[in-house]
Amino acid sequence: MNQWQNFSKGLIKDNPVYILLLGLCPALGVTTSAFNGLGMGLATTFVLLGSNFVVSIIKNFIPAKVRIPSFIVIIASFVTIVELTMEAYMPDLFESLGLFIPLIVVNCLVMGRAEAFASKKDTLSAVIDALGMGLGFALALTMLGGLREILGAYSIFGIQLIPGATDGMLVFVLAPGAFIGMGYLIILFNYLKKKTA
Amino acid sequence: MEYFAIVIGAIFVNNIVLAQFLGICPYIGVSAKVSTSVGMSGAVLFVMTLATIVTFLIYNFILEPFNVTYLQTISYILVISSLVQMVEIILKKVSPELYQALGIFLPLITTNCAIMGVALLTVQNEFNLMQGVVFAISHAAGFALAIILFAGIREHLDLMDLPKAMRGAPAALVVAGILALAFMGFAGLV
Amino acid sequence: MAKRESNFVNMVVTLFLVTAIASFTLATVYNLTAEPIAQAREAKRQAAISQVVPDFNQLETQMFLPPGGGDSLEFNFAYKDGEMVGVAINTYTNRGYSGEITAMVGLDPQGTIIDVVHLQHAETPGLGDKIQKDKSDWSDQFIGMDPSVNNIRVKQDNGDIDAITAATITARAYCDAIQRAYDTYKKHFLSEQQKQEEDPVL
Repeated sequence: MNQWQNFSKGLIKDNPVYILLLGLCPALGVTTSAFNGLGMGLATTFVLLGSNFVVSIIKNFIPAKVRIPSFIVIIASFVTIVELTMEAYMPDLFESLGLFIPLIVVNCLVMGRAEAFASKKDTLSAVIDALGMGLGFALALTMLGGLREILGAYSIFGIQLIPGATDGMLVFVLAPGAFIGMGYLIILFNYLKKKTA
Repeated sequence: MEYFAIVIGAIFVNNIVLAQFLGICPYIGVSAKVSTSVGMSGAVLFVMTLATIVTFLIYNFILEPFNVTYLQTISYILVISSLVQMVEIILKKVSPELYQALGIFLPLITTNCAIMGVALLTVQNEFNLMQGVVFAISHAAGFALAIILFAGIREHLDLMDLPKAMRGAPAALVVAGILALAFMGFAGLV
Repeated sequence: MAKRESNFVNMVVTLFLVTAIASFTLATVYNLTAEPIAQAREAKRQAAISQVVPDFNQLETQMFLPPGGGDSLEFNFAYKDGEMVGVAINTYTNRGYSGEITAMVGLDPQGTIIDVVHLQHAETPGLGDKIQKDKSDWSDQFIGMDPSVNNIRVKQDNGDIDAITAATITARAYCDAIQRAYDTYKKHFLSEQQKQEEDPVL
């Protein structure tokens, strides 16, 4: 597999959210708007990048039996770094993502990539894998956030699409819309996957 | 009255799965049969209550006094994952029957964000230990209610003649959406 | 390079090193971000204060207990050239749809509401978040109301406030927060003044 395939697999073919069904909690919880989805996606990408990078470097120094706890510590450190940095420089985004920032630590996607990929491959592959998977995750969250924002508030990234219309179909901003929107996006990605395969 | 509000709020109004989006992975993953979802609910109840007690003690007697609350995330996840391992080992020795019933679900629980989420919410709401325990038990009950209802529906869903693209996860999510809509009817109970 | 063996010493040393490096890194990041985090919070508070009181050049902060119990409220007295022009009260309510809501209420010295801005809330996006000034002009109706004349309650409770469609709980909670700010101000500052007005010195 060349590095381009390694990168691009995360976008559609192995999209973490819609194909692998990983990290569904933040994908549903924070995507009330496209901006929040993008912010969460990029925060997760950063954690993924950091943990994949460090894990692939130190993989030979870690005895196999304490591998998982070590990975957990590494991931949790990067999550805390993101948490503190975001609170300092993007307080509004930090507030709207809330609880889901510390919960990146239990996102199966991050642990899964560290265990299944970074601990076996060289550093370059691990970094590219993290970028691809992270951006795939960010893409997924931005799409769901965008869909919910367009239908629920008639706006995208905070820009009104229909002048004067501020209340959209509210159900899409509320909890049920998250589940239903994601259901239909899964159908879309399954279709895209079949097309590109 | 205060406890009553916590219980009703956690089970119905702010249902952990359908309103707060925590614990979605097991919700979608192990809800194919009613029997497995009952087992998962039991494991969640057990671990969630224990984890909330332990993390409460750690936060209030170690992190807070030493002014290192920035180590919250890292210590919580370590505590929860070792707790799960410990519960697994103890359960195997003490009660093989219970281990039989819950055993296979325990490893899955470490990455269940509901556990960590409730532990974090307990701190955020500034609950005392007793309130935290009630909070954790009611959230676990809310999880059980949501996942067992959902599994019941999914068992019937398998027999339906759905369009091919809808089968599996998409149908499950749309059903979850309708359930979430139903739960919104509880809004304003407390 | 061969993988390290999983013997006891190796495992203990590895785990110790990993956690030590992690805590050291986090302590460093924490120290680096502590200042900006405090600044961001302070900037937000300052912005909220200057939004709800007229121009001022001196600020004095004091804590006061609300009547009827509960946590004390932070009063920020704004002075212009030595004269008090208003007070920005950091108030709260626990009756929100999703827990606590905090808001900054600006009162003029007579107790009339100058303006109200929310500080923190976890209300439903699209419904309850209409208390935010940037989402809706709903909270503008409080401007100029005098809680001793106007009834700071939603219309459903026979008050003077239009509720938010489909988010009455949030609107009710916001009124509760504002009422708490006014009651506290009245208890500590207005009662004596008004008593004098009502019962002229004999």
